[in-house]
Order: sequence, then structure tokens, then C-alpha cells
Amino acid sequence: MGRIRTIARRTFLIGSATIVGGVAFGYYMYQRPSANPLLTDLGEGEAAITPYVKIDADGITLITPRADKGQGAYSIQAALIAEELDVELDQVNVDPGPPSPAYYNTALSEEGAPFMSTDEGFMAESIRAVMDVPMKFLGMQVTGGSTTVPDGYEKLRIAGAVARETLKSAAASKLGIDPDQLKTANATVIAPDGTELSYVELAPLAAAIDPVTNISLRDPKQWRMLCRPMQRIDIVPKSTGALKYGIDYEVDGMVHATVKLNPRQGGAINGFDASAAEKMRGVKAIVPITGGVGVVADNTWRAIQAANAIEFDWGEAPYPAEMDGHWQTLSESFIEDRLESRQRDDGDVETALQGADVIEAEYRVPYLAHAPLEPISAIVKVTDTRVDIWTGTQIPRFTQNSVAAMTGLDAEAVHIHVLMMGGSFGHRLEDEVVKQTVEIAMAMKGTPVKVTYSREEDFAHDFPRQIAMARGRGAARDGQVDSYDLSIAMPSVIASQMGRQNFSVPGPDSQIVAGAWDQPFAIPNYRTTGYRAPELAPISSWRSVGASSNGFFHDCFLDELVHAAGADPLEERIRLCWHEPSRKVLEAVGEMSGWGSDLGPNRGRGVAFCMSFGVSCAEVIEVTNTDAGIKIDKVYVAAEVGKVMDPVNFDNLVKGGVVFGLGHAMNCQITYSDGMAEQTNYHDYEGMRLYQCPQIEVRGLENGSKIRGIGEPPVPPAAPALANAIFAATGQRIRELPLNKHIDFV
Amino acid sequence: MQIMVNGTTHEVDVEEDMPLLWVLRDELGITGPKYGCGIAQCGACTVHVDGVAVRSCQLAAGDVDGEVTTIEGLGTPDALHAVQEAWIEHQVAQCGYCQSGQIMAAASFLETNPEPTDDDIDRAMSANLCRCGTYPRIREAVRSAATKLMEA
Ligand code: FES
Ligand code: FES
Repeated sequence: MGRIRTIARRTFLIGSATIVGGVAFGYYMYQRPSANPLLTDLGEGEAAITPYVKIDADGITLITPRADKGQGAYSIQAALIAEELDVELDQVNVDPGPPSPAYYNTALSEEGAPFMSTDEGFMAESIRAVMDVPMKFLGMQVTGGSTTVPDGYEKLRIAGAVARETLKSAAASKLGIDPDQLKTANATVIAPDGTELSYVELAPLAAAIDPVTNISLRDPKQWRMLCRPMQRIDIVPKSTGALKYGIDYEVDGMVHATVKLNPRQGGAINGFDASAAEKMRGVKAIVPITGGVGVVADNTWRAIQAANAIEFDWGEAPYPAEMDGHWQTLSESFIEDRLESRQRDDGDVETALQGADVIEAEYRVPYLAHAPLEPISAIVKVTDTRVDIWTGTQIPRFTQNSVAAMTGLDAEAVHIHVLMMGGSFGHRLEDEVVKQTVEIAMAMKGTPVKVTYSREEDFAHDFPRQIAMARGRGAARDGQVDSYDLSIAMPSVIASQMGRQNFSVPGPDSQIVAGAWDQPFAIPNYRTTGYRAPELAPISSWRSVGASSNGFFHDCFLDELVHAAGADPLEERIRLCWHEPSRKVLEAVGEMSGWGSDLGPNRGRGVAFCMSFGVSCAEVIEVTNTDAGIKIDKVYVAAEVGKVMDPVNFDNLVKGGVVFGLGHAMNCQITYSDGMAEQTNYHDYEGMRLYQCPQIEVRGLENGSKIRGIGEPPVPPAAPALANAIFAATGQRIRELPLNKHIDFV
Repeated sequence: MQIMVNGTTHEVDVEEDMPLLWVLRDELGITGPKYGCGIAQCGACTVHVDGVAVRSCQLAAGDVDGEVTTIEGLGTPDALHAVQEAWIEHQVAQCGYCQSGQIMAAASFLETNPEPTDDDIDRAMSANLCRCGTYPRIREAVRSAATKLMEA
């Protein structure tokens, strides 16, 4: 065994360890190291640590535990380490690392706590700290909730700094001079006389000394990479076709497969006739699996063709077969028995509404598929002693545990190789495809099996975004919004999603009201109530989760009241907003859009605001009401993220979030008929096309006290800003998504 | 049957009706062309046949009557095509899964229309879906690729 030393720093322990031919730097949590992720893949004499930096004869490896599904996570994580380590990104390898309980995600559980993100008082901070503990022991190495940057902001820089100072210390003793005289750049330590020692040659020496942990992080003013335009490390491979995604991956001796599952999700399979399929060219096996069959062939297309040739007798869906039943269930959920949370109850709504001119409205949003462009896939090889899984996933730890249970092996024997993902939007927070592939691979031990979903199968089993309904009541007084009462009913996303992982999450589901109860407005009489509807179709987290529906409900209904008050939509929101950084966001979009200027005939602008994942985001949208329908002309977005870590990627992600939000608001929905999703491919689930894409202007503000992620927050304000703009241009108030059920788009 | 891809002739033993996409991906291991929809809706599978963009998920292997170029044959990291250069400069990709198809569509479009207007670009590139919403950058990259190609 190599030596392991740890020194306490803040709440975590940082240490170094000897590995073959070099050194690793990383963390232990809570004094007791979690089971070591690399242990099983390291040879004899190597040490246990959860590393973020590894230096050995192969060079320098930065380990970036948070998955990259297109948001640039690998690049930003690598840059956070490299900034302090003094290496350039083209000098290092970047590796997502195997699943490990020590790569826990603190920021995600924080936002699950019942406090507003704006509330940084003592109570809120201490509850967040407590919430962090169970998360740690659950070992959630989860990528989600826009937490990659908040979670890694300090940890990764500290890891880089400790590694750099330790390497300097090793060089100092080798050269017999004081470490303070040494400089570092380009992965080398440089002595005053110009002598250069590379990190790689210093690594064995660094492994033999105590790590230097009395470091201080560099002042952001000295940063050479962070907060400047960076070239993403994956941009060349993604522009030359060289990047291998999960669906492109190949392992020796692999066979191609696909699955066909009951399109009435969760329904039984009563029987099937595969006699025609069995005879088709290239078909190797037809394997019954939970809820359907796997078809194994020598080519993906042949597997899909054969799967389509099987005749099935499917059982009934465990949820209403038609949409009427889904809506009725929601409609009947606004009752005391189903009341789950009333986290905001300011003033006295009931009294205020008595005798007032009450505005009442009902809002609806549909199920939505994630439908990332890369259909889901997984490769699994099962032997008697180990399982190897190659897939693009956001939840490797959960998968590791469930596959261990399925195969009867220890979790340590389940090796997950995380691959690049062609988008996710929350889709890869599910791992059914892995479980199905394991079932097939268990029937053909020793042979790696690759399952690729057809696009149609992916749509049929997407685990869509929640369906939801809201009822608002409110009134204006003296030209101001005076009372606002919003009730929201939806099934619990968290219960549905965690249920598939055999976890039950106690307490109210914060997502039922996220994006509504936690908005920084001081309306005198202001109440938000969440009702938990019974489970309907299985649902899952969809980019921005609860706020994806509630942002639309909350802001559009506020817009109705502002108009009823006869106030200016932007000015009234600014007046009501008590949270300084949020107010600045509203003022910024006002300034960017030239709010108040004359747009000319048949045009209108709308504003919307939503704070989600701690990010205040406001959008102004301008539309033209043409003879053929609505044209979206321009979008202005301002978001408060504490610090813009990578301006180019920030701009790209915000624009992408707006396009995603608008595209779905315009024309997307998943509906069920006969228990099956009616939308089977992109022809009836189109989203936005390039010709419809407006000009989008983006501004990142840095007035907040915390670093926040930007993957999700631009989504919630997009739909309400568009609906509010359509109202401004046409006088038509649309309270249901997708908007094209009521108005055309050009 | 024989099929010529990126300058190399391959002998493949496949059904006449197997889409070119799957011949490339599963028989020849050329994975730049992506499977997105299989029904001509997304453009992720776009390749060139004799320089013209086609959707390889819609072209049966038996109907391939020219030389196939995939993104791998358009340019390489050491010898980038002008469209790829522009894509890198503008950092278009997010997940990147659609981008092979976007780049192949843009390269073929600029061959036929070297001086496109913004409307031309919108029309030509709208058949390719990007779920990550990189459209604003695609527009900019096509414009600068056009300039590069004109200057070259
Ligand atoms: S896969 Fe060919 S167009 Fe979508
Ligand atoms: S970059 Fe992800 S689909 Fe286009």
C-alpha cells in the first residue's frame, strides 16, 4: 500500500496518495473515506483516494466527476482545476472517473431544502448544511439541478492549488531552494535560473512528501482562463465527427440489440409471437425482459426491423388511457386531502379578495418528452465475476447499486464507464435502458450487448415532464397588484422518478411549487398552495423540473393582474420585487429591450421573470402578429449567476435554454390515447426550427453572492414571456401550452 | 455490393434496402453520421453523395450511385474544411450530436450558394434539428464559412 496522508481543511479533507509512477490529489469526506472508486482499477501498491488530479508517467489527468451532456461540464471542471494548477487544457487528459460515493454533490440537496434561494439567513444556511449529510450518504453522484459549477467552484480550485504547491515543494527540496522562489506555468516548475522541472517528473517526489495545504486561492483578478472566453475541450472532436458518443461506442465482440416495451408504460406483456422475427436475417436471439423483449442481431437496423415484426399482446396502462382522465385527475386534486404545501401565505388573501374585482383563471401544461437528439443506448457485458457498463448517464451510482442487486454481485464488481451524451435535458437521469441491457446480457454471459432504442421507442418511453394545472385568483387595487393566490396541482416528479430507483423521499415534493412559491415579490396578500395529484403516467425531471410548468403559471397570472391594475408590466414587477439582484435583472432586460419604446403596429412585447435554482432570470420577447401567425422577433435575457465562468459557453447555454423553452411552448406535447403516447417522432414533436429562431441578446449579471449554474434557469421564463407578448400584440390571453393549440406561428 | 466512402472502396454484404446510415455505422464503423430520427426529420445522418447532401437514413444501400463523403472525409483536425473551422471559431456545439449533420448540410449548401442571404441560410438550415438550440451560432458560423470560402 502506498502512503495516504490527510489534513483537515474546511469541512472536507484533502490528501495526496502514491500511485504507480506518480501522485494523486483529492478529497476525503467526513474523516472516513468513502469506498475508493479507483481501488478496483488500480494495481497492487496503489493507494486509495478520490482524486481530482492524477500525475503519472502517462501525463496529467484531471478528473471531472460531473457528467457532460452537452453543457460543457467537462471543460469548466477541468478549467477550475487547471486555473490553479497552472496547466493548459491541451496538456492534460480529462476523465469523468468511475462512480464513487466520494464525488458527492452538495449543491443539489441544498436546493431541495424548504428555503428560498434568496434566503441566506442563519436558519436557511444551517438547514442546508444538514440536508447535505443524507445526500452524502446516499452517495448521489448526480449531475442535475444546474449544480456543476456551484458544486465544483471551490473544491476543484483547491485541488489544483494543493497539487501545484505540493509539486513546488517537491521541486524545492530537489533543487535545494526555497519554494517561494519557484514559479509554475505550462505544467512545469520553473526555478529562478531558468531550470524547468515538469510535473510528470516531479510526481514521484511529490508523492513522497506531505501535501501542502496551507494554500490560498488566487484572486479572481489574476485568473488567466476562468471568466474569459475559452475553447471547449470537446469543440474540435464535435466539429469533425471524431467524438464518440454512447451510441457510437463499440467494444470487442459486441452484438447489436434493441428493445420493444409495452407502449402503455408499466403495463404487462401478455404474450408475443416472434416467429417471423426469428427468421429474419442477422437475428441472434429474442430475449424476454421486464415489460417487453430484447432483440439481438448483428446490426442495429436488423434488430429494429425484427423488433417491428414481432406481434405483441400488451396489457392495459396503469394510468388513464385517454387525456380526459389525466386532466380530470388534476382537476379533482385541488382539495384539502391533497394539499401538500403552503410555503407562502403573506397578508390575508381571503379577506383581501372579499368584495374585490376578482380575476380567476385556470392554466394547463402538457406532458413533454426530453427527446435529446441521441437516442438512449447502453453496452453491458456480464460475466460471473464482474459487470462492465458503457453508457451516457447522469446517475452512475444509482445504476451501480441496482445492477449489483440484479446480478447478485457486489457494487465494486459493477464498473461504469461514463460516455459522452448527445443531450439529456433530464432523460439520462433514468437508467431503465441499462437495466434492460443487463437483463439481455445476463442471458448471454460473456458477450457485450449494445442496446440502441429506436427513436420511436425513445418517444414511447421517455418518462415525460409532469402534466400540471394551476388555478389563480387575485385582484388589483389602486393601480397595483394587491392579492395573488395560486394553487398548483401535479403528480410528484420526485416520487415517480425516485420510485424507479426504489427510494421513497419523505416530506413534501418541493418541485410541485418550485418556481412559484419562491419568487421575490412583495405582494401584500400572496399565497401559493401545492396539491399532490395521484400518480398518472410515469414522469421525470425535465430541464428546470417544477419551474418548467410553474414559471409559466406564476408569471402569466401575475401578468393578468398587472394588466388588471392598469400598470406597466415591467415597472410593476420591478416595484413588487424586494430582492435587489432580481430587481437588477428586471431593470437590465428593460434597458436592453428599450422597454416602453413604440414597436409599431401589430407588434407586442412581453416580459417574464422566474427565479429557479437560485438564478434570477428575466426575458423580454417581441413578436409580430402577421397574417399567417405569430412571428417571434427578438428575445432579451438577463440572468444573475454570481459569476460568469465562461462567457462563450454561458451565452450558448442561455440561448439554447431560450430556444428549448420557446420551441416546446410553441408546439410540443405528449398526449396519451389508448394508454400510448401519440407522438412517435420529431414530425409531431418539432420544437423550434432555425428559421423560427429569434435574435437573442444575453446579459449575465454578477451581483449575487453565490456562484450559480445556468443550464436550466433560462427555460422557465421563456414560455410566459412569449404568452405575455402574444397578449400584448393580439389581446388574446392563452392559458394553455402548447400555444399552437390556440394560435399559429410562422 | 461495393460502396466508396471517403475515398476508400468497401465490399459490404447487406440487404439492398438497408439504409446507408446503418451500413456506415454498423458495418463500416464510420460513426460521424448520426442516427436521430430515421424518418428524414432531423438531418443528423446527413452525408454527401457526389458532393450533394443526402439523408443517409433515407437512402437505401442499393441506391447509392456515387461516392459517399461523411464528416470524417470532409476534413480532419489537422486539415479542417472551412465550415468546420467556422464551427470551431464560433463554438457552435453544445452536445454536438446534430453538428456532423449541420456541418455536412452547410458545406453542400455553400457549394451551390456561395453568397447566401440570411434568408437563404435560414431556409437551407431549417431542415436540420438541434435540440440544444444552437441555431444562433449556426447562422453566424454559416455566414463566416461563406466568407472564408469566398476568400479562399
Ligand atoms: S436520422 Fe436521418 S434525418 Fe434523422
Ligand atoms: S448541439 Fe445538441 S442537438 Fe445540436
